[in-house]
Amino acid sequence: MPATFRFALNDLPPEAEGLRAEVREFLKKEFSGAAPVKRAKSWGGFDREFSRRVGARGWIGMTWPKTYGGHERSFLERYVVMEEMLAAGAPVSAHWVADRQSGPLLLRFGTEEQRQRILPGIVRGELAFAIGMSEPDSGSDLASIRTRATKTEGGYLVNGTKVWTSNAHLSDYAISLFRTQVVPDKKHEGLTQFLVDLRNTKGITIRPIIDLAGKHHFNEVNFTDAFVPDEARVGNDGDGWKQVTTELGFERSGPERYLSSIALIRELVREVSAKPDDRGTEAVGRMVASLATLRQMSTSVAGMLQAGEPVNLEAAAVKDVGTTFEQSIPELAHALLDVEPTLDSGSDLQQVLGYITQTAPSFSLRGGTREILRGIIARGLGLR
Amino acid sequence: MTELRSLLGDTVTRLFTDLATKELIEAAEKGTWPDKLWRALEEGGLTLPLVPEDAGGAGGTWLDAHVVVRASGRHQAPVPLAETIVAGWLLSRAGLAVPFGPMTLAPVHADERLTLARSAGAVTVSGRATRVPWGRHAEHVVAVGELDGRLTVALIARGAATIEEERNLALEPRDTLVFRDARVVAFGAADVPADAIYLYGAMARAAQMAGALDSCLTQAVRYATERKQFGKPIGNFQAIQQSLAVLAGHVAASGIAAESAFRAAERNDARFEIAVAKVRVGEAAGVGAGIAHQTHGAIGFTYEHSLHFATRRLWSWRAEFGSENAWARQLGRAVAARGADALWSDLTAR
Repeated sequence: MPATFRFALNDLPPEAEGLRAEVREFLKKEFSGAAPVKRAKSWGGFDREFSRRVGARGWIGMTWPKTYGGHERSFLERYVVMEEMLAAGAPVSAHWVADRQSGPLLLRFGTEEQRQRILPGIVRGELAFAIGMSEPDSGSDLASIRTRATKTEGGYLVNGTKVWTSNAHLSDYAISLFRTQVVPDKKHEGLTQFLVDLRNTKGITIRPIIDLAGKHHFNEVNFTDAFVPDEARVGNDGDGWKQVTTELGFERSGPERYLSSIALIRELVREVSAKPDDRGTEAVGRMVASLATLRQMSTSVAGMLQAGEPVNLEAAAVKDVGTTFEQSIPELAHALLDVEPTLDSGSDLQQVLGYITQTAPSFSLRGGTREILRGIIARGLGLR
Repeated sequence: MTELRSLLGDTVTRLFTDLATKELIEAAEKGTWPDKLWRALEEGGLTLPLVPEDAGGAGGTWLDAHVVVRASGRHQAPVPLAETIVAGWLLSRAGLAVPFGPMTLAPVHADERLTLARSAGAVTVSGRATRVPWGRHAEHVVAVGELDGRLTVALIARGAATIEEERNLALEPRDTLVFRDARVVAFGAADVPADAIYLYGAMARAAQMAGALDSCLTQAVRYATERKQFGKPIGNFQAIQQSLAVLAGHVAASGIAAESAFRAAERNDARFEIAVAKVRVGEAAGVGAGIAHQTHGAIGFTYEHSLHFATRRLWSWRAEFGSENAWARQLGRAVAARGADALWSDLTAR
């Protein structure tokens, strides 16, 4: 069997711990008194003013070169900022995607002109990004996408539809994967990524897709003869598959893959603290054992990022183990307490349980389904 | 990784690969003491990684010891190596000389006590300790008790005890030892927790389980690539791939949970990490052993196949030095006492 995982223990350096205190102080000022159910929404929350303030503190694009407005700090410092934001339930959506994957993608594969034009705005918390990958007939089988970008003078004409595009209606750009060439029997070839300007491109229609809880964050983005200039192409024509798998590696590598239920965890601990009997403390102990272990795994991935090592396999494992854990928390609430989940009435616990219960199915879908991640792990084991 | 750690890792892996064979484990299960293996471990300097060099040990850290303890689980070595390592550490903490030969720890249950007392110029030990690992084969027993109002580590000749022989599921000796005013060989006050044996024993079992889970994964992946059904290796089927991926996740979680505990032991503040490890690895043991067996089908359920050397140990070890529930309660009580709003800051302070 090949060496599978390399989860090495990683200590966060003193400068990262100093930064943690600053982030906590900032978040305390921003959110003291915020209701637990509001905090539960965390990276569902889209708040441009908040993102600007985060940018002003230097906490977006932390690891990027100063040339592009970045702060040239370590991945471990960035990790601390990310986990503190998530643990506090900060509304990070307006900068999260750009900071996590769109910016790093442009740094790696974008042109100098794209980096100069886009990255400083991301760093300031002024540019919000959506992700243009899935289509109506292409989800897990991402390489089967059909949205065509056909070469024309000075650019490409795009026709097709992207779906599940979170916050497209609120965002400025979407890094999108299009088919620029049809290569028979080679679906991974002929794919190309583009930096699509969602606000200033004619031929783009954005329509809401309402989720099961009645909320609007998803969208369907339709392209009808939408003109995307050559300057918007990211990387070489045809290199899209390699780039998009790199981007997915960025997407899966962060602590958001095990902290989605942290608000509910906190409310469960609160309940048990009020009456710490054997049954309650056993359940809390098991929950915290998983939580602490996942944090070690996630910190280990941050250490690998800092060392410049590939993290695809380890990130897939953290996300698979992490989402399974996140989804177990509502179950635990039902096993432990006589509690009915609610929408907007009842206790904090009830409302947080209501919100997490209705969001939990997405945990093991977004950023690659559980089955896709396990396929990646199986490949790492040498089974595929 | 330090030089000592990679040296220990290489040595222990080579030694177990050569000596901890299927035949040797089977013989041990029938009651034969694997003397050759034990002597090789002692000669290789693997039994006392935490004992200072000037006292005859390797002068290493808990993370060095981790490499050895985990390997002993990975190879299902039928010897009290983990127990001897913890015993040697306790003796060193008390400034006592560390004897050669296998040692064990007692009592292993949180509610049992061995009582130390002064009598006619000597120190004696009394009490009953159940399920003592490798009791009949150990030359010495190390206990922690109170003497003159101070926590004291005592070295006791195993011959001073009467023994009732019992075994765990893996046919490892788990004997009841009864001491009646038996003179201790040596004793010394030490700055260790009152439940040090229970605590560090749990940590050792967590690392051994992580090792045994490694072994389950390796065996299951190998079997899935070799065994053919419907004209192809069963590992080609998504159903098998997906469940082995789940096993791999548990193996990864177990490895880092156990190693974190050893790292925390290095700073003498490991109670949180040990509880986390014992609970999390124990859960992984149950799920992991199940997946490994499911992958192997009927052949893995036979005595002839070697999978059960790992899985029977996992089933017993998860309940030794405290059950998952007991450790979860200890952890949960500590978390509940600190309150919901301290959870995250406490977690990130570890």
